[in-house]
Amino acid sequence: MRAMVYRGPYKIRVEEKDVPAIEHPGDAIVRVTLAAICGSDLHLYHGMMPDTRVGMTFGHEFIGVVEEVGSGVRNLQRGDRVMVPFNVYCGTCWFCARGLYSNCHNVNPNATAVGGIYGYSHTCGGYDGGQAEFVRVPFADVGPAVIPDWMDDEDAVLLTDALATGYFGAQLGEIVEGDVVVVFGAGPVGLFAAKSAWLMGAGRVIVVDHLENRLEKARTFAHAETYNFTEYDDIVVHLKRLTGHLGADVAIDAVGAEADGNLTQHVTSAKLKLQGGSPVALNWCIDGVRKGGTVSVMGAYGPMFSAVKFGDALNKGLTLRMNQCPVKRQWPRLFEHIRNGYLKPSDIVTHRIPLEHIAEGYHIFSAKLDGCIKPLIVPNAG
Amino acid sequence: MTYTSERPPITESSDSLRARIPGWGADLDPEDRPSVPKLQWQEDRSGAHWEFPERQPEKWPRERSIEHEFLTPVFGTSCPPKGLSGALRRFSYRKYSEGRAAHWLLLLAADRVDAVESHLRSFATLRPDNPVTETGVLSEFTRHGFSSRVGKKRADVKHHLADPIIVAGPWVLAAGLAYSAVRKVLRWRRG
Repeated sequence: MRAMVYRGPYKIRVEEKDVPAIEHPGDAIVRVTLAAICGSDLHLYHGMMPDTRVGMTFGHEFIGVVEEVGSGVRNLQRGDRVMVPFNVYCGTCWFCARGLYSNCHNVNPNATAVGGIYGYSHTCGGYDGGQAEFVRVPFADVGPAVIPDWMDDEDAVLLTDALATGYFGAQLGEIVEGDVVVVFGAGPVGLFAAKSAWLMGAGRVIVVDHLENRLEKARTFAHAETYNFTEYDDIVVHLKRLTGHLGADVAIDAVGAEADGNLTQHVTSAKLKLQGGSPVALNWCIDGVRKGGTVSVMGAYGPMFSAVKFGDALNKGLTLRMNQCPVKRQWPRLFEHIRNGYLKPSDIVTHRIPLEHIAEGYHIFSAKLDGCIKPLIVPNAG
Repeated sequence: MTYTSERPPITESSDSLRARIPGWGADLDPEDRPSVPKLQWQEDRSGAHWEFPERQPEKWPRERSIEHEFLTPVFGTSCPPKGLSGALRRFSYRKYSEGRAAHWLLLLAADRVDAVESHLRSFATLRPDNPVTETGVLSEFTRHGFSSRVGKKRADVKHHLADPIIVAGPWVLAAGLAYSAVRKVLRWRRG
């Protein structure tokens, strides 16, 4: 089969690989029909996530058709059109039993601090991902769901991570009616978090980024008020002015490990890998939210330490909430929102790239060329 | 205002927002939010029909965190450890917990070693690494590399020129120090 393969930092190519095999009775093999590159894939691509091995296939956002099932699979059959959450999870460990699917204890031997994620380094379990023609899906009875007939493929693939994560991030903000919500980062997750904040009754939604095309999308897609932080001497002071010097009630970090805006933080983390991530957006959240407010962290960070302004968080009495999204828990409600026309996730897709050209796709997304917001990967583009 | 007990006013009413934004307030009630509360007993077990999963066969000694009691019943089988990078990875997993910086720094070092090993190994194949195609850098010319950056107020453009120096600098420095150390050792041995 054809598959994206990591060759070292900033280098990937498409190679011929063996079609994955059933390795456990609960496995399925899925023929991928559509995948996506996630902003967090760029952390792998840039060599930031420990134990990212040359030869691995990335991709944790994908949908496809069931090609083969293991002897223990009861809920799926060959030919089913399925969407697969980015979480690999068992359904029955202490964490899964309580709905923390992203924190499953039975799927990742390499680390206890994170669950299993498709195509996301050995730190997240060592599973190959879906930027390929086929992918192994463990616990096929648990994670995947048959895509409803009415659902568009592009909407379905965005439900496997980006939309679910943005929606989850807004929930972690514990928004009450009339809250001022500031979202740092106008990438896919930030756009979805901003849009979801309205569903939860926000009174004002502010989005901060430095890419004009993404801020434009935040205005049109997410109805948000937007600010380009490069236009202000100090974005935190500007936020205070915007909110009557109270600060936002809720701040959402939808940027994560490679945040720009502070050269020292960016260089020590994204370039020199001396931190688990550049917490510029997180620190802006901590400083920009009001005392007693809530910070929700959706941006992905590596397992190493980061220079977070924890003292300010303590002194302000903040509630810090975060997790990888337990995707499938979000689906029933998100299906309703899509059916009702409240959400149209595929509106943020900007690029559809054949798998054979995925190296260009990564570069375009990473270097933010061509107005790229969300690139999809098409395995059999013909 | 902030310096009194009154909250700074919101400029738009809920009624106006409901009229303007599709779905505004649909999840106003926390009961409608699927991850509230965080811990919720899942009666359907998300489709699982076992108490503890059957164990996946371990085809080679699978490295694992020493914070785990045992090898998890299911695990990824991509890219078994090999070469010097594999030895570093196995050592890191065997010796250090996830709480130790040494664990992650060793794994990151192993990643760099893996990249060099794989790059060298590729020269012994019919398909050596090609930095032009593998970096996708040609899209700079086809996907508006110049106009995507210039005049766009992008914060990252400021350090683009310095990035290659920052990335390569420590490697050049380390190579220089290693060269110097080897020379000193050789001179010392020659007397």
